[in-house]
Amino acid sequence: MTMAKASFVRMEMIEPSTPPLSEVGIVGWIRENLFNGWLNATLTIISILGIFFALYEVLPWMIRSSWTATSLDECRKAIAATYGEGVDGACWAVIRERYLQLFYGFYPADSYWRPNLAFILMLAALAPILFPAVPRIVLLFSAGYPFLAFWLLWGGSIWGPLAVIAGFVIGYVITTKLTDRYGLLVGGISAVAGTVAWWFFAAEKVADLAHSVLPIGLRPVESAQLGGFMLSIAIGVTGIAASLPLGILLALGRKSDMLIVKSVCVGFIEFIRGVPLITLLFVASTLLNIFLPPGTSFDVVLRVVVMVTLFASAYIAEVIRGGLAALDRGQHEAADSLGLDYWKSMRLIILPQALKISIPGIVSTFIGLFKDTTLVSIIGLLDPIGLTTSIRANFAWNGIIWELYCFVGLMFFIFCFSMSRYSMYLERKLQRENR
Amino acid sequence: MISDPKTRMAETSTPSQQPFRLSMLLNDSRYRSRSIEIVVLVGCLLFVFWIIDNTISNLELLGKGVQFWFLNEPSGYDINQRLIEYTSRSTHLRASFAGLLNTLLLAAMGCALATILGLGIGVLRLSKNWIVARLMAVYIETFRNIPVLLWIVFFMAIVIDTLPKPSDFRGENPEASMILGESVAVTNRGVYVPEPLFSNSLGNISFFGAFDISLDLVAILAVLVAGIIATGHVTRRANRVQAETGDRPNTWIPNLLLVGGLPVLVLAILGLHLGFPELKGFNFKGGIHLRNSLIALWLALSLYTAAFIAEAVRAGIQAVSKGQTEAAYALGIRPTRTMRLIIIPQALRVIIPPLISHYLNLTKNSSLAIAVGYMDITGTLGGITLNQTGRELECILLLMLFYLSISLSVSMFMNWYNDRVRLKER
Repeated sequence: MTMAKASFVRMEMIEPSTPPLSEVGIVGWIRENLFNGWLNATLTIISILGIFFALYEVLPWMIRSSWTATSLDECRKAIAATYGEGVDGACWAVIRERYLQLFYGFYPADSYWRPNLAFILMLAALAPILFPAVPRIVLLFSAGYPFLAFWLLWGGSIWGPLAVIAGFVIGYVITTKLTDRYGLLVGGISAVAGTVAWWFFAAEKVADLAHSVLPIGLRPVESAQLGGFMLSIAIGVTGIAASLPLGILLALGRKSDMLIVKSVCVGFIEFIRGVPLITLLFVASTLLNIFLPPGTSFDVVLRVVVMVTLFASAYIAEVIRGGLAALDRGQHEAADSLGLDYWKSMRLIILPQALKISIPGIVSTFIGLFKDTTLVSIIGLLDPIGLTTSIRANFAWNGIIWELYCFVGLMFFIFCFSMSRYSMYLERKLQRENR
Repeated sequence: MISDPKTRMAETSTPSQQPFRLSMLLNDSRYRSRSIEIVVLVGCLLFVFWIIDNTISNLELLGKGVQFWFLNEPSGYDINQRLIEYTSRSTHLRASFAGLLNTLLLAAMGCALATILGLGIGVLRLSKNWIVARLMAVYIETFRNIPVLLWIVFFMAIVIDTLPKPSDFRGENPEASMILGESVAVTNRGVYVPEPLFSNSLGNISFFGAFDISLDLVAILAVLVAGIIATGHVTRRANRVQAETGDRPNTWIPNLLLVGGLPVLVLAILGLHLGFPELKGFNFKGGIHLRNSLIALWLALSLYTAAFIAEAVRAGIQAVSKGQTEAAYALGIRPTRTMRLIIIPQALRVIIPPLISHYLNLTKNSSLAIAVGYMDITGTLGGITLNQTGRELECILLLMLFYLSISLSVSMFMNWYNDRVRLKER
């Protein structure tokens, strides 16, 4: 049997030809991504028309603007002179003239270095918390930073914050001395009692005495002068920093076996999460002084910070509870089998892992809190939104709206967007580590 | 390994029978948690007593006690957007109730619009269409990263400054005109929409003398609910017949008649006609007037919340693994049914909890209405009533109680739902 004679045998392979022009390059990309099917084509055309229309409406207004006027009238005249009568243009001059006010409120202009320094030092204080490579000794600076920032912003005698710090030192000394002899519980309770006693009965007198001996201080600034983004950042950062330890305690309490501790924590968390922040701010502005002993009245910004801290701590507690729940049960058991007691197992095994898992949640809580600081404008503080009203109340800028809102919105967007990107980066990084 | 069980047995220790000593309260783990609990309890009680004591002495200094009779006094202020009869001679209680209904109205409108927008945007965010997906991403990031209060005042400014004034509708060549066949007027004072009127109205029924409920509305709702219940029966019967005979009787015609036909019939009997808004003098008369503050709040809150809902929807859809779709196709299930029976139920399990919590956030954020002068419960009870009567404690207490009861009931529902849809692990 011989094979039938083949009429054609391919001896060499044909070179693969390039794909048709409509399938590659820009055309191919457009066909695949924008115009595959009539539904997508319609959506694409609608989107392009929408973008075009929005830009057509907004861009000329943004570009045909005036940057140099000193009042709205002058600004409108300048625009009319440059671009012709009837042209509606943005009056960015108000930003140029008032941006310092939007950042610092009515803070004395010759003291702007104080909030600036506080901000830079804040970054330095955050460094050891965010980056493990920074030497641990810097953490001591981070611990002292809140008092330093308070002193820089509000001014006054340096001895007041120092006396408050001294309370913590006293507490620490009592704990270490008594714990060795009587155990942690006695040591802890007497340390708290000693610290509180120092703050209530001695701190102020000692501070006054020290100030009369060695007067070191900055010019005091009243709370009414604080405002703008400085106020938002101050409230937001203090709120989140102070609420972290409180939130951790609440989360641990909520997971505890002790019925009373658990119900107190659950009650607190559910109560705070159930009411809007604005009602808590009403409490800060009207009720907090009623709850305190007659005659005490403290600063409204401080009262707001207290309420914001309580508010944030409930949300942080829920975030950390999520982190604790995500942790494998084996970690608890491993800690128990090593013979660690509750606090040691929490401090060394459980919390480091749980906190690491909850970092993205904490960051997004912080973004939410930072946005919510604008609510203080409703109780009359001059945050950026409150300042827009106060700038409009000025005769020169009466009637200006969009420019201010755009600027404030842009600043918030930049801050919050970069924070959320950072949190997403962290999330990805941590996921990789867990794998 | 265990050579002699008896020696092992002997090693197990019995709990030590030491007499109780005081130091065991701290050092013995059997008693320690009890003693900590007692310390916490005493501490909490002391703290609460301290606050109550302070409050009492402060209130004595101010010369006022705690009482709620002020709610029965005439309020003396007006509420321009209201769902119930209210005049400035009505009581503070009624003002608060009007505000409460306004809060619920705003929350319901906001949740509805936010859900629709959020679903659409969340799905489009995952679209393969590059430009649409990017546009939605820009939308989501813009709205999520700017405070809701700024959006509210911004939308209020848009409504007031860019929409035509009622006077623009007048004259031979008006600058503005009504839309949708001369039925809806969009002005900077608000939106006027046609109102439903009934020529054979059943009248109102007084609810304990507090407010009136339209019997027409009750009748329509009753028929609608009855229709929906009846469709359930039709479907169940169809299932039974199908199971017995193998043929499924037609269900969509009776269902359509029950859900659509019956209410239409009732509307026709009641003599439904629309009352159109008309320009009279300087303003529009007739129709339903949705105030500019309500419109601005509605848009701002829904657009803001929609961005969050869109992210929840996206996460939910992405959480369903592709294997589920492939498994369904391998079983020969058609694509629409795959979506309905396989994908959506699993995605909803992920979507619904955050969705509800965003509804709750919207409701709480609606308290910002006070910034643009919409009279919700924060504006009435926590705003003007508080300032007029000077009863901060009582007003804020009631205000918190209201918001708390809403969120607690919603979170109870959430717990029930989570329990129901939880994966049954075996």
